[in-house]
Amino acid sequence: MYTVHNKKGEPNDTMVCCFLIHTVCSVNALSAGSSRVLYSRVFGPEDNPETDPERRRLLQKERLLHLARRVRTAVGLCHDAAGSACVECVLGEEAVALGEAEFGVLRLSAGEPFPVERTVLWLGVQNLAFSLVCDVHENLLLAEGTLRNLARHCMEELRLLGPGSEILLKSDRIDALLHRYLPHGQLLFLNHRFTHLLDKELSAYGSK
Amino acid sequence: MYSTGTESLLKQAREIQDEELQKFYGRISKLLNTNRDFGNETIDSLQRLNLIVSATKYAKTLPSDLKKKLQMLLVSKAHPEQIQVLFSSVLRESLPLSIQDLSAGLAEDVKSSSYVAAVVLSQVACKDDVAPVCLHMLKCMEARQTDGQICKHTLPILTKLISYSPEILTEDQVNLVSRKLVDWLRYASIQQGATMSSGSFFSGPRTRQPVPVTEVDGAVAGDFFTVLCVGRSFGEDQWMNMYAFSMIRKWLLTYDTEGTSGGESAHLSPIQIMLSQVQDDRSEVDSSVVSMVSATSSSSRLLPPKERLREKAFEYCHRLIEQSDRKAIKRTDTELQKACIVEAVTIMDIICKEDPSYVYRAFPSVKALYGRISAELAYARVLIPIAQFYLNHSEMAAVDSEVVFRQLFSRFPSELFNEPALAYELVQFCRANIAVLKDGVSLYRQSFPNLFKFLAWNSPALISDYMELLPSLMSPNTAVEILHSLLDLPCLAATLDLQLRSATYQASERVLWDHGSKIASALEVFRQPSYRGLFLYILRPEAGSGDTIDRLNMLHEVLSEMAASPRVMQCAQVVPVLLHVFFNNVTEFADQKLTNQLTLVLLERSSLLYNINQFKIELFRVFSTHIRALCKLHPSLIVDQCRELLDFAGSTANIYSKEELYTNVVWLIGEYLSVAHDPRCSVELITSFFESLEAVLFEISQVRQSASPPSYPPHVLTTLMTTLAKLASRSQDLIPRLSLSLSKLCTFARSKPVLACYSEEDAEEIITRAHELTNLLKLPSVAQFVLAPPALGESARWHRDTNTSLPRAMRTITELLHKQSNFLPG
Repeated sequence: MYTVHNKKGEPNDTMVCCFLIHTVCSVNALSAGSSRVLYSRVFGPEDNPETDPERRRLLQKERLLHLARRVRTAVGLCHDAAGSACVECVLGEEAVALGEAEFGVLRLSAGEPFPVERTVLWLGVQNLAFSLVCDVHENLLLAEGTLRNLARHCMEELRLLGPGSEILLKSDRIDALLHRYLPHGQLLFLNHRFTHLLDKELSAYGSK
Repeated sequence: MYSTGTESLLKQAREIQDEELQKFYGRISKLLNTNRDFGNETIDSLQRLNLIVSATKYAKTLPSDLKKKLQMLLVSKAHPEQIQVLFSSVLRESLPLSIQDLSAGLAEDVKSSSYVAAVVLSQVACKDDVAPVCLHMLKCMEARQTDGQICKHTLPILTKLISYSPEILTEDQVNLVSRKLVDWLRYASIQQGATMSSGSFFSGPRTRQPVPVTEVDGAVAGDFFTVLCVGRSFGEDQWMNMYAFSMIRKWLLTYDTEGTSGGESAHLSPIQIMLSQVQDDRSEVDSSVVSMVSATSSSSRLLPPKERLREKAFEYCHRLIEQSDRKAIKRTDTELQKACIVEAVTIMDIICKEDPSYVYRAFPSVKALYGRISAELAYARVLIPIAQFYLNHSEMAAVDSEVVFRQLFSRFPSELFNEPALAYELVQFCRANIAVLKDGVSLYRQSFPNLFKFLAWNSPALISDYMELLPSLMSPNTAVEILHSLLDLPCLAATLDLQLRSATYQASERVLWDHGSKIASALEVFRQPSYRGLFLYILRPEAGSGDTIDRLNMLHEVLSEMAASPRVMQCAQVVPVLLHVFFNNVTEFADQKLTNQLTLVLLERSSLLYNINQFKIELFRVFSTHIRALCKLHPSLIVDQCRELLDFAGSTANIYSKEELYTNVVWLIGEYLSVAHDPRCSVELITSFFESLEAVLFEISQVRQSASPPSYPPHVLTTLMTTLAKLASRSQDLIPRLSLSLSKLCTFARSKPVLACYSEEDAEEIITRAHELTNLLKLPSVAQFVLAPPALGESARWHRDTNTSLPRAMRTITELLHKQSNFLPG
């Protein structure tokens, strides 16, 4: 039998378990402090005690909502503390918006909402947040770089600074993006040439 | 950004009626049946379907024919990627499950198998479900030579599988993968991958001369291929090299266990090494550019697969560390170098833990790395795994680790307190090593003022971690200073803010101070030499350097304008929580002397707090709770601190400014000032407390028509009365004096100003209490019994509760007395 845990008895997982994009502003239809999840991708198999498929899905989505609320609070607190006035960016100013983005890391204790302890990295851009939930032993430098890269692609390709709804209708582009940069939740050590080649593939995807 | 249009589209998708939805399903089925090339209409419909199935938390169930169609198309060949992505996404998000059908279909096409696997993995509910996928992936790996193509995502999928169910692989399969990993890690080509050069019209496709890959600084690659090698394009083996390195840590953590067959890899005999240098040279390295890693590589040909993988992974990390010394041309590669160092050092740490003989080989490399990067703040986060390496192995290698920890605990928190990721990682490092740091690294405890900087700056994100860390920072020597530091935490937040602004804006740029004149004036003060000492004290990096408590008021005044800043307020909110943690833990080691000191700090600091909304009120509540606990633990501190307590309880001003704490202190005096707790408790001492409190009672209950109504709650009065009665019962000469005071109080309670601000019940309560105490004191021996302090170790609850203990005992006595009313004069 192999060891599943390291010597201290901690789980040794080192992967990303989900990526989501959600609101960090108030949405009329939602209660205060809630967040609207616009895109989510859980890299299965996940640790889910339910056996019935419908209930499994429900639990998964509720965990994500819980997570989005946590991040929303964190982004809000961080924003307040920084005290800087938010500059509204428009389409084409993605680089400015990303440059002003708030970044933070949060520890999720076991049970809140995942069964084991996890780390969330978040990037708050304007009224949206991009969140990456990692296992505790993940390489956070690599995770942060990946998160920023994913956010930049999403901002540009889904025109998130514009008024449209591409994020809902063209979410397959995010799937294709994750397929390359975060396949099955695996963070990749990509140098600029690997990135360039993946970017090229991705732009071929987009142009079809 | 998020617009109302998006919200209403989402609403439509969520609220779509069943009838409409069925029609939509039908239309898509038709499109998929008739349309072979999937035009825009199909893509558009699939995108809408994708939105509908993923828009709510409740699952949508697809008609079985549509589901079957989607599955079939997903596993069959030659669809544009977008179609595959959409199929995969719709199947992942909807019911019924596709896992059984898809697991079988995985084999058909290499390109789509990652998308198929994504559906399967998302629906896995038990360990048996993953077996077919796993087998498929292993088969892919083995069959690679004949087929010539491998699913790029084989390794990420495998990693996901083994983290879900590590026992899924048999020993043989582990060996198979280990061998493959060695190949990919160590023997990827160092020529650039073939580019599709079509040549000119006449010459036709031409084969180019192989071009070697380069290092990130543009030099020709010095040794075997790694993720830090750059080329115009990459061959499959180079892609696999990248995937293999990305997952190798996980693999080693899962399967690199002790007790595997074979000898220890790092202990090869000289003959083996000589042999291997001949045999092992499978990589196509140009001998002129061999780096240190290959040149010193010990052979591993003869080793069992797992040990060989360990050896090769070690060499790979060694090479990465070497490569990270190169100055990257691209900024993104500089970032990658840092991430690679983190990974490499962590992997070396794992390997050294499994096989300590590697420690001697790893240390020179890690040490040189430390020497190279330790001075650069940009590499701060990279230092954390290095520190972990030192912590785990420096003892074995007899290497001094002091300097690493000094860097970690001294310089980083002072200069990089506002880096959220560094703060997080450093704090997690402390959490993970709490026991070792606490007892083995003296600098850790010593550095608490520095470590508090992260917390002060980013309190909401770090509070739960510091609740865990705080006890490990506490010791009898530092407890008092930690208490002060916790109380000064909001000041620290404000000061750090000033420090940062001061560094950002030079004096000449005053115009840029966007927060108006308020912060500008604080900034001005921050730069004045006369305040320097004060700020240096707040910003001190280590414990025990200076104590400026007498000038704290001055600091609070200077920082008063910043008390409303959100960062300071957020910080103030965590202080009560940490104080509870502090006091709950300090009792574990606090002796009489320390308890006395802490009580003194509480009394002193109650009038030396940063003036933040609600902060003081919250703190007085915490102080009250814990001063009671301290007294219970060491009741004689009442006598030890009698002078300070007398001063505190004798000052009427304290009633108004810190009512809760005052009431509790008065109650404590009544409860614990007794010979039962301390033989030094003389009649004189009791009398002086009595007189002091009597004076306060007199002062606050003077009936003057012109006087403003009392601005303190009635329980201050009743507590004072009861405490005086308790003291009088212990020195019975005082009884007549108290009786007189109590009768005056009845008049007071009926006076106009009192009735104007207290409710009738409150006034009645005061009068009843006065009557009860007067009556009780008429029977001094009974009074002595009723009002006696609780015996030590007594656990009856009412004795701990100010509001119920006395009335309850008294009601019992009153009932007794009423039955024999002839005892009472009336």
